[in-house]
Amino acid sequence: MSITTMLSGRGAQAPAAPKTDVALDLRNVQKTYDTPGRPHVEAIRNLDFQVRRGELVCVVGPSGAGKTTLLRSIAGLLDVTAGEVVLDGTTVTGPPEGMAVVFQEYGRSLFPWMTVRQNIELPLKEKGIPKAERREKVDRALEEVSLSEAAEQHPWQLSGGMQQRVAIARAIAFEPTVLLMDEPFAAVDAQTRAELEDLVRSLWKHLGVTVLFVTHDIDEAVYLGERVIVLSNRPTVLMEDVKVDLPPERDQLTTRSDPRFGELRGHVYELIQRAKRGERPDETAAVDKGV
Amino acid sequence: MIRFLKATGYVLGLPVILLTAWWFGSANSTSPFWPPLSTIIETFPSTWTWDRIVGDVFPSLARLGIGFGLAVVVGIVLGTAIGLSPTLRALSEPVLEFFRAVPPPVLVPIIALFAGYTGWLGKIVTIALGCLWPILLNTVEGVRGLEPVLGDTAKSYHLSPWRRLVFVVLPGASPRIFTGARQSLSIGVILMVISELFGANRGLGAAIVQFQRSFAIPQMWTGVIVLGLIGVLLATLFKVVENRMLAWYVGQRQIERGA
Repeated sequence: MSITTMLSGRGAQAPAAPKTDVALDLRNVQKTYDTPGRPHVEAIRNLDFQVRRGELVCVVGPSGAGKTTLLRSIAGLLDVTAGEVVLDGTTVTGPPEGMAVVFQEYGRSLFPWMTVRQNIELPLKEKGIPKAERREKVDRALEEVSLSEAAEQHPWQLSGGMQQRVAIARAIAFEPTVLLMDEPFAAVDAQTRAELEDLVRSLWKHLGVTVLFVTHDIDEAVYLGERVIVLSNRPTVLMEDVKVDLPPERDQLTTRSDPRFGELRGHVYELIQRAKRGERPDETAAVDKGV
Repeated sequence: MIRFLKATGYVLGLPVILLTAWWFGSANSTSPFWPPLSTIIETFPSTWTWDRIVGDVFPSLARLGIGFGLAVVVGIVLGTAIGLSPTLRALSEPVLEFFRAVPPPVLVPIIALFAGYTGWLGKIVTIALGCLWPILLNTVEGVRGLEPVLGDTAKSYHLSPWRRLVFVVLPGASPRIFTGARQSLSIGVILMVISELFGANRGLGAAIVQFQRSFAIPQMWTGVIVLGLIGVLLATLFKVVENRMLAWYVGQRQIERGA
């Protein structure tokens, strides 16, 4: 509970974002790779969308749609070629302050030479938080992901799903305004995956954090998101911004058997299929096929 | 208990067999160069007195310690810098490969020209230079081979360069650093002896050469045995330190293999 208060306290102090309720703003973002031997590979042609404060938005696209490129650009790990990524009113030029990333490769994003506690604590140390408070924050974050008993273990002693929960605990202990998740559950089994999805939903709801969740799984995107952003094939543009008008209380059983869920899933599925065939939104489709 | 006995048996089995073979194989030997093991063992206590240990063994080990220690520090510092900077790497790689290819004993006469034959300096420099390359090159590889996701994680949580170095880069490279240090340690022991073969008057290597030149053959053999024992002792010490510092790595690998 007190993480919520801390988060809102943090938001209130932030003078950078007085004007809008937009947490994350992508303005005509383009990314072209220029490597010797393969000059001018266009990954992202143009992406322009906003994520409002406290929203949970999923990004899906066919494989090779530049999802990872997009996420790395938003995370400030990759420079964009044109346009800008704006977080809390500030243009992203490097990894921004108020952002935490949960990577797909859970096993490789945790420091194996540290215990679970040390992993979560390290970013807090960097923030200059005093020891007692750090301890408290780590304990609370572990409680949130129900891993309190694993605090003194090493990540590699835990199962894949537990490791990813440690990564999530580390991210929420950091108290970001935006939480980026890059296909975080791609490598865990289906049951664990369902659990983790519900964990993300519940954390999102009671922490009030903004979440951008990248996935290739259509069901997951519709189940989790308030909106689903569907990307086209490379060079990536926005295929469609689908609003998920499912009730906010979601449940693996009832939500997934809701007819509306089926409709939305069908719609996103169809969009992805079209994207895979190289179709693009509106008039650009024909032109691109010619090129 | 049975497991303990079994483990002890594995450790001691082959040495016991070899010693027995040596004992009986050399028992009736009349060759002055190949004295019976019983004779060698008889001369052992009178040869390796406390005075000799203090006068010959300790200085040798001290020089090894200093030389190896220097190599570890310089190797890790330089190796980390080279591993982190592509520019430095491009500049230094051919040179490093050249020095790596030069057999360390060749350096002894060259270093002796500059640092002298008899003093500690030349010997320490010889040991340090010989030990440096495996540590340096392995550190470079270890730092370069760091899991990119860990680097991204460190970056996205804004870890300062210092924290990144201490908490991410060095621990990540430590398995490779230990591999290099282990190679270096055996090179160091060899160089410890070789550096004393030319014109030194005290030290383990010097003692063995002096025994040989004065036809004290059983004593010479005891020197060889002392050297071997020191090698075993150092390897054991190294293993203890490694197991402590790389406990996470050993554990992780066991689990990966089990899975």
